[in-house]
Amino acid sequence: MPVVKSRPVWGRLAPSPFARRHLVFCEVAGLGAVERAFAGTDSIRQRTSLNLIVPPDFAPARSERLDALGFEAVHEFPSVETVLVRLRVSLSQAAMGTLLYLAGGEAFLDQATCLAEACGVAGDGVQTEHCGSTGRRVQCVHCKGMMADVTMSPVVCDHCGLHLTVRDHYSRRLGAFQGVCADAEAPGVLPEPTRIDA
Amino acid sequence: MTIPFKTETFRDDFTFSNSEAAIRRFPFPFDRDAYMYAVNIEQHMPGPAKSATEFPIDIDEHYVAEMADRDLVLKADPLRCQSLPHMMTAEWDLLELLMTSMARDYPEHFSLERSGREWHWINRPLGIDQRFTFEDPATLPLSPMEYITRQCQGDFCLLDQRDDNLWMDAGIVTTQADWSLDFDLGMNFIEWHGPVPLAHEIGVFERALKFLLNLQQGRPVRRLNWTMTINPRLDTSPENYHRWGIDRTTVTPDNVGDKVHLRVELQALWRLPRSNAIVFSIRCYLIKMRELVTQPKWARRLHRVLRDLPGELADYKGLTNYRETTVAWLSKYDDGAPTSPGFHPD
Repeated sequence: MPVVKSRPVWGRLAPSPFARRHLVFCEVAGLGAVERAFAGTDSIRQRTSLNLIVPPDFAPARSERLDALGFEAVHEFPSVETVLVRLRVSLSQAAMGTLLYLAGGEAFLDQATCLAEACGVAGDGVQTEHCGSTGRRVQCVHCKGMMADVTMSPVVCDHCGLHLTVRDHYSRRLGAFQGVCADAEAPGVLPEPTRIDA
Repeated sequence: MTIPFKTETFRDDFTFSNSEAAIRRFPFPFDRDAYMYAVNIEQHMPGPAKSATEFPIDIDEHYVAEMADRDLVLKADPLRCQSLPHMMTAEWDLLELLMTSMARDYPEHFSLERSGREWHWINRPLGIDQRFTFEDPATLPLSPMEYITRQCQGDFCLLDQRDDNLWMDAGIVTTQADWSLDFDLGMNFIEWHGPVPLAHEIGVFERALKFLLNLQQGRPVRRLNWTMTINPRLDTSPENYHRWGIDRTTVTPDNVGDKVHLRVELQALWRLPRSNAIVFSIRCYLIKMRELVTQPKWARRLHRVLRDLPGELADYKGLTNYRETTVAWLSKYDDGAPTSPGFHPD
C-alpha cells in the first residue's frame, strides 16, 4: 500500500488508434516520452497536435526534433500559465473521440490534470506520464497560495512567509499537496528539513 | 420542554461551560479503559430521554452561541461552506431532513408547515420566519444547505455516491478537528482519510466504505470519534492553526481543569431520498476536565485511556505537548478501582 493514499499515480503514454484526435500538452522534459510513445504511429501522428512549453534556452536543435515528430501541428508556449490557457480553450472545443496526453514534471501534471478534470476530462480521456522534476505543487492552507516545484519540507510560503510542513495529503481538485504551519506550537523551532521529491 | 440557551463564547474570552445537566448528557466515547480504532458504527436509534441521542438531530443549551460562532467563521472565511454544482438536489434533501427532524422533536423552538411545495419555517431561538418554495433556490436567501446548516449545530458534509465510492462534494465545516473542507472537497472516502495513521493498515476504511455504500434510507447510523482541544474552541481549523496551535503549549498543572477539553464528535450518516447522496454530520461536544471529573467513572477511565494511548495516535490527535501534564492531573482522580463496562456514568 502506498504511504500517501491520496497521492496521484501517473501513467505511461500509449496513444490509442481508436481516438479521432490526439492533444498533447508537455514540458520539454516530457518530449522524450512523447517521442517514444508516438514512434511508428504514422496514422495517429497525422491527427495529433503538440502544445509544448519552451524555455528560452531550448531554441537550438529545437525545430529538427519537433519536425521529426511528424505531427499535424506544433504550438510553442513560453510558460505553464500560458499553455494552461490554451488547454482550457482546446478542451472546451474538443469533439467526442479526443484524447488528451500530458507529460512533464509533477507540478505541471498537477495543474494540467486538475484543469482537465474541471473541464470534465478524466479517466480514460486523459493519459499522463511523469518526466523531469519530482518537486511537488503545494498549497498553503493558511493563505491558500500555491507553490510549484517544492522539493523540501518545511518550506517557506512564497506568499505569506509561514514555514510550512508538507503533509502527505493531495487534492486532485486543487492539484496540490497541503502545506501546514510547521512551528505553530513552538515558534521558530523547525523540524530538520527533509526531501519530499524522492 | 424548553431548552435554556446560554450566552457564551468559543473564542477570545472563552466563556463556554456545561451546565450540570449538559455534563450528565455528555456523549462520553470510551466504553472500556483503552482505545484503538474500530469500525464502531451502530444504528442511529433513539437513545434514553435527555441523552445526546434521544433525537436524530440534537439541539442543546449551546445552540444559539454555536450558531453565532459559525457566523463569525463564515464571515472570515467563506470557503468553509462549499458545494459542487451537481449537489443541489442533495442540498434540498438535507434541508428537508433537518427541518422535519427539528420541528418534530423540538416543537417549542421550531415549526414547519408544508402545503405541497410551499413551506413555512419558523426558528424561534434565532428569530427566523421564512416562507419558501421547496426545490426553488430563488425563494431562500442562501443556498438550501447553507441556509439550514446556519441553523443547526454540527458540521455537515454531503457525500455523492458513484464508482463504488463516496465523494465529499459539498459541506459546511466550521467546528472541525483540524481538517479542511476547502482542501478535501471533491475527494473520495479513501483519499480524505489519507492522513489518518494506523487505521488504513488494519483495513478500517475499506470496511467502513463497503458498509456505507449499502446504507439504506430510513436507517441512519452513527459513531463516536474523539480528540482533545485546548480552550473551548470550536473552530480548530488547519486554516487558523498558526493562530490556535500555540494554545497547546499553555497547559500547566494549575490550569488543566479549565483549559483541557475532551472533544467528542457524534458522527451520523443518513441516506437521502432524492439524490441518493449521504449526509455525514459531525456534531462536536466539548467538556472541560474539571467538568468531566465530576463523574468518577469517566475520570478513572479517561486517565487510563490517555496514559496508555499509542504515541502515533497521540501525535495525530495533537496531544503530545500536554498529554503528560493532563495524565498527571487526572491521576489524582484515579484510585485504581475497576470501572463498570459501557459509556454511562455510574
